[in-house]
Amino acid sequence: MKGAAEVRSGRAARRAGWFPAVLVLALAAALTFLTLPIVAIFVDSSPAQLLDALGEQGALDALWLSLRTTAASMAIILVVGTPAAYLLATRSFRGKAAVVTLVELPLVLPPAVAGIALLAAVGPSGILGGAVEAAGIELTLATAGVVVALTFVASPFYVRQAVAAFASVDRTLLDASRTLGASEARSFLRVMIPSAMPGLAAGAALALGRALGEFGATLMFAGSFQGITQTVPLAIYDRFSTEFDSALALSAVLVAVSAAILLSVKLVQGSEALGGAPS
Amino acid sequence: MRFPTLAVLAAAAAIAACGDEGGEATAGGDGHDPTLVVSAASSMTEALEACAPEFADATVRLQFAGSDELAAQIRQGVTPDVFAAANTSLPRELSDEGLMSKPIEFATNELVLAVPKDSRIDSLAGLTRDGVKIAIGAEEVPIGTYTRETLAKLPDAQEEAILDSVRSNEPDVKGIVGKLTQGAADAGFVYVTDVNAARGELEAIELPTGLGPTVTYAAGVVEGAGRPDEARAFVDQLVDGPCAEALEQAGFGPAPR
Repeated sequence: MKGAAEVRSGRAARRAGWFPAVLVLALAAALTFLTLPIVAIFVDSSPAQLLDALGEQGALDALWLSLRTTAASMAIILVVGTPAAYLLATRSFRGKAAVVTLVELPLVLPPAVAGIALLAAVGPSGILGGAVEAAGIELTLATAGVVVALTFVASPFYVRQAVAAFASVDRTLLDASRTLGASEARSFLRVMIPSAMPGLAAGAALALGRALGEFGATLMFAGSFQGITQTVPLAIYDRFSTEFDSALALSAVLVAVSAAILLSVKLVQGSEALGGAPS
Repeated sequence: MRFPTLAVLAAAAAIAACGDEGGEATAGGDGHDPTLVVSAASSMTEALEACAPEFADATVRLQFAGSDELAAQIRQGVTPDVFAAANTSLPRELSDEGLMSKPIEFATNELVLAVPKDSRIDSLAGLTRDGVKIAIGAEEVPIGTYTRETLAKLPDAQEEAILDSVRSNEPDVKGIVGKLTQGAADAGFVYVTDVNAARGELEAIELPTGLGPTVTYAAGVVEGAGRPDEARAFVDQLVDGPCAEALEQAGFGPAPR
C-alpha cells in the first residue's frame, strides 16, 4: 500500500513538474512577444536622434493637434458620458440591455468601419450631411471631424467603465443623501461621483489612450493635413516611408504617454482595492 | 438578454468571416500550387485583381498600398515576390540598393484633375474659387510627387492658390478617390485609371498639354523572393499577357519603348 501511495505522489510530483514549466514558458513567450517591439522602438534610435526628430515642425504640430483634439473629445465624453452612465447604472427600463449594447458597440468596431460609418452618417453625402452643412458646421477635412472620430471610438471605453463604477457604489449612501433632503442632482454631484471616482478615472484613462491612438477613423473621416487633421498616429504613418527616425520618435512619445496612462489606471485601481470597495 | 447575445453572435460571425478571408489568402503556400506575393501600387487594384486569377504558374496574393509604403516595407526586410510601383524611381532605388532585380517598365498612366460628377469645377482655374477643398497625395507617395511637380509648372501665384486649398494629404490614391466620391473634397489629382475605376462617380478633367508628367510604372523581382521563377513570369506578363490586357482595359497606356 505504502508503495502505491509513493508511486502516486511521485506521479503527482512529475505532473507538477512539467505543468508549471509550461506556464512559465507561456508567460515568457507572451512577455517577449509583447515587449520586444516596444523595446525596439527605443533601441533602434538614440535619445539624441529622438529629440532631434521631435523638434521638427510637423512633429510638433501633430503632437499639439493630438493634445487639443484628445482634450476636446475627453471633455465631451466626460460631460455627456457621466450622466448617461449614471442613468444606465441606477434605473432599469425596458430595452436597457439593448441600449447598453448599442452604446458599447463602437468598442468592437474596426476603426475603418467607424470611419465609413461616420462618413455615411455625417459626411457631406451622409444621411445627416445636409443638416450638418446647413448648420454651418464643417467636419470632414476639419479639426472638428477629428474630435468627432475620437469621441466616437473612445467614448464607449469610458461609459462602460462608468456604468460599472456607479453600479458598484453602495446604494445606502445615495439613500442617506436623499433622506437628508439632498436633491438627486446634488446627490449625483456630491455623493455618487466622488464615490465612483476611481472607476470613472480608470474609464477616462482608457478612453484617453484609445483617443490618442486613433488612426483609421480619423484618416477616413477627417483626412490628413499638418496642423489641421494630422494627429500623431497619422504623422507616424506619413513618416514611415521617408523619415523612419521621426516616425520612431513620435512612436516613442506615444509609448511613453500610453505607459503613463496605464500606470495611472493601475495606481487608481490599486487605491480602489485598498479603499475596500463593497463587494 | 436577447440583444447582447445577438450582438455577440453577430460580432463572432464578423470575426469568423474576416478569419476565413485571411485563411484563403494564405492557403496554398506549401502545396503544388505555390503562392506568389505581389506588392503593387494602389492605382492598379482593379486591373490586377481582374487578371491575377488568370496567372497560371501560381496563386497570386495581391497587396496594395502607396508605392512608397511598399518600398519602405521592403527596406525594412519584408520580401514580397514582386514589387510593382507607380513610378520608376522607387524600383530603381531598390535595385541600386540590391533589394530587387533590374526593374522593367510595363505601363503608363496619366495624371488628371478629378471631380465628383456634376461638379461646377471644369478646369484648373476652378480650383482657386473660394471654399474649394482639394485632396492630393502626400509628398512621399508617387501621386503626390507627380501632383506637386505638375503644380510647380504653373505660374507661382496659381500654384500657391491651389496648394492653399489643399485640405488633405492622403497616404494613397484610394484615399483621394474616397474623399471625392464621399463629397468630402471637391477636387483632387489622381490617375485617369482611378476615374475609370470609380464607375461614373467621378469625372476626369485633362490637364493642359505639356503640363502632365509622364507616369511610368515599373516592376521587378524582389531579392530573396520565395518564388523567383514565378515572380519573373509574373513581371513578364505585366508587359505582355493577361495583366497587360487588364491594365490596357483599365485605361493604362502601353509601356514606353
